Amino acid sequence: MAATPIDLSAALVMTPVPAADWLVVLPPVWCLLSGAVLLMLRKSLRLQGLLAVPALAVLVIMDALLLMHVFANGPVTMVMGRWLPPFGIAFTADLTGVLFVLAGAVVALAGAVHALGDIDGTGRRYGFYPFLLLLMAGVSGAFLTGDIFNLYVWFEVLLISSFGLITLGSEPRQIDGAIKYAFLNLIATTLFLITTGYLYGIFGTLNMADIATKAAAGREDLPLMTLATLYLLAFGMKAAAFPVNFWLPASYHTPRVVVSALFSGLLTKVGIYALLRTLVMLFPVEREELSFVIALAGAATMLLGALGALGQSDIRRLLGYLVISGIGVMLAGLALGSPGGIGGAIFYALHSMVVMTALYMAAGLAGRLAGSFDLNRLGGLYTRSALFSALSLVLFFAVSGLPPFSGFWPKVMVAKAAMDIGAWWLTAAVFLTGFLTTIAVGRVFLLAYWRPAGEALPVVAIPPSALLPLAALTALTVLFGLFPETLLAAVQQAAQGLSDPRAYVGSVFPGGN
Amino acid sequence: MEVPFVLLIGLFFAAAVYLMLSKFLVRVLLGVVLLGNAVNLLLFANGRILREVPPIIPAGHDVPAALTANPLPQALILTAIVISFSFFAFLLVLVYRAYQDLGTDNGNEMRLAEPENDPLPPTGY
Repeated sequence: MAATPIDLSAALVMTPVPAADWLVVLPPVWCLLSGAVLLMLRKSLRLQGLLAVPALAVLVIMDALLLMHVFANGPVTMVMGRWLPPFGIAFTADLTGVLFVLAGAVVALAGAVHALGDIDGTGRRYGFYPFLLLLMAGVSGAFLTGDIFNLYVWFEVLLISSFGLITLGSEPRQIDGAIKYAFLNLIATTLFLITTGYLYGIFGTLNMADIATKAAAGREDLPLMTLATLYLLAFGMKAAAFPVNFWLPASYHTPRVVVSALFSGLLTKVGIYALLRTLVMLFPVEREELSFVIALAGAATMLLGALGALGQSDIRRLLGYLVISGIGVMLAGLALGSPGGIGGAIFYALHSMVVMTALYMAAGLAGRLAGSFDLNRLGGLYTRSALFSALSLVLFFAVSGLPPFSGFWPKVMVAKAAMDIGAWWLTAAVFLTGFLTTIAVGRVFLLAYWRPAGEALPVVAIPPSALLPLAALTALTVLFGLFPETLLAAVQQAAQGLSDPRAYVGSVFPGGN
Repeated sequence: MEVPFVLLIGLFFAAAVYLMLSKFLVRVLLGVVLLGNAVNLLLFANGRILREVPPIIPAGHDVPAALTANPLPQALILTAIVISFSFFAFLLVLVYRAYQDLGTDNGNEMRLAEPENDPLPPTGY
C-alpha cells in the first residue's frame, strides 16, 4: 500500500543543534573519553598525571563556558538522538546545575594536581586517574541531566568509580571502611530507584520538566507525598544527613587523603543537588509539608556533626564530621524554601565543596609533615612551614563561617531566612554549630600547629604540586568571601529558577507541551 | 494479574530486608541480590502489566493492532539488571577480600576503621 508521507518533525528535533548548546553534553562525554584513554595507558605511570591534569583543565574551561552560556541565555536543553522530549533523554543545564558542575570540576582539577605528588606508582597502577575521570563523568552527568532515570544511572557511574577510589591500595582499614560505604550507598541508590519506579507508575514519564508540569497540574489526585518522602530519605542518605549519616564517618578517613578530599567535595553534594532538584523543583508543595522534618534533621545533622568533630583525635575523622555538619546547614536552607534559604543552601554547597577539599589536602600535608594524623602526637607544624599554617588557618576560619571568608555569607543567608519566618531555633542551631566548629578547628590549630613538636620531626619537603592546589582553593574562599556579590546574585537567580521552573520547562518544551 | 504480582514483590522485599538485617556479610550480600530483583519486579509492575503482545506495528499499519506490552519498563529493568549485577560482583569480591584480610564476615567485629577505644583529643598542653 502507498505509505503516507511521514512527518518527522512530530517526533524529532528538526533544526540542527546550535554549536554552543553542545556544551551541555560535552562535560560527561569528555570525561568518559579521557577516562577511557587513561585506562588504556594504565601501564605508563608518568603519562597518567600528565594527561589527566590537562583533561580536567579542559573540563573546567568547558564548564565555565557553559556557565556563561546559561547565565546569558537561561536553561539550555539538548535531547539524545534528536528524539523530542519527553521521549528522548534530555540533558538540561540550568544555573543550579552549572554552578555545581563548575565547582565540581575545579575541585577535581585541584585534586588531580595534588595527587601528582601524593598518589604513588601503586596508586596509579590501581587506576587513580581513570577512576577520577569516570567519577567526574558521573558527577557532571548527574548535575546536567534532565531525566530522572538518567540521574539514577549517573549516580551509579559515580558510585562505582568511588568504590574503585576508596579501595585504592586495598589496606585492611580501607576494606573495612569500603564495606560500610559500599553497602549503605548501594541501599540508598536502590531506594532512589524504587522511588523512581513509583514515579514512573504515577506520571508515566521520567523527564523532569514533564514531571514538574504534571505534578503542578494534578497535585490533588496523586500520591506525591510518598514520592517526596522517599526521595528525601534516599538523597538524605546520599548526602549523609542525620539519622542516615553513619556510613560517612566510618569510611571517609580510610582511603588516601586526596581521595577523601575529592569525596568530601563531590559525593555528598550530589545528594544535596538531587534533593534541591526533586524537592524544590518537582515537589515544592510536598517540601513545604515536610519542611519541619527537614529542618529538624538539618539542625540535628549540623549540631551532631560539630559535636562529633569535637570528640575526634584523628584529624581526618574530625573533618568527616565537619562534612556532615555542613550538610546540616544546606538542609536547613532547603527546609526554609524561601529564595534566601535555597540560595544559601546552594552557596553553602559550593563553599563546602571548595573548603572541605582544601581542608582534607591540608590534613594530608600536616600528616606528611608531622608523621601522624593523631592530635595527641601532632605538633610543631608552624615552625615547619609558616605559609602552610597560614593557609590552614584561613581554611579553619572559612569552615567555621567566620568573616571575611566564603562560609560567612551562606550562613548569614540561611540564618536570616530562618529569622524571617520566626524559626529562631534554626538560627540558633546555625550559630551554635559555627561556635562549636570554631572550637574544634581552633583546637586543631592550637595542638597541631602551635604546640612545640614532642619528638624530632622527619624532614619532609612539601612539593609545589601539593601546595599549589591548596593555595588556589584557599584563594577562592578568600575571593568569594571578600567579593560575594557576583556569586550571591548567581545563587539567588539559581534558587529562583528552581522554585519557578518555567524557564526550565520552556527550554525542554520550546513549543509548550 | 497485578495483585499476585504485588504480593510476590512484597515477599521479595521482606526477604531482602530480613537478610540485610543480619550481621553476617554473606547474608547481607544475598539480601542485596534479592533487593535488586525486588526493585526490577517493582519497575515492571509500575509500567502496568498490560498484555504479553510485543509492541510491534504490523506491516501496512500505522498503529499497533491491539493493546501491546509497555516497552519502556523493560529498558529500565535491563539497565537496572546490568547495574545491580556489576555492583553484586564488586561487593562479592570486596566481602571475600574482607574475609581474607580481616578474618571475619561478621560486620560487628570489623572495627579497624573505627577502633573501639579510640583516644580522646588532649584537653591542653
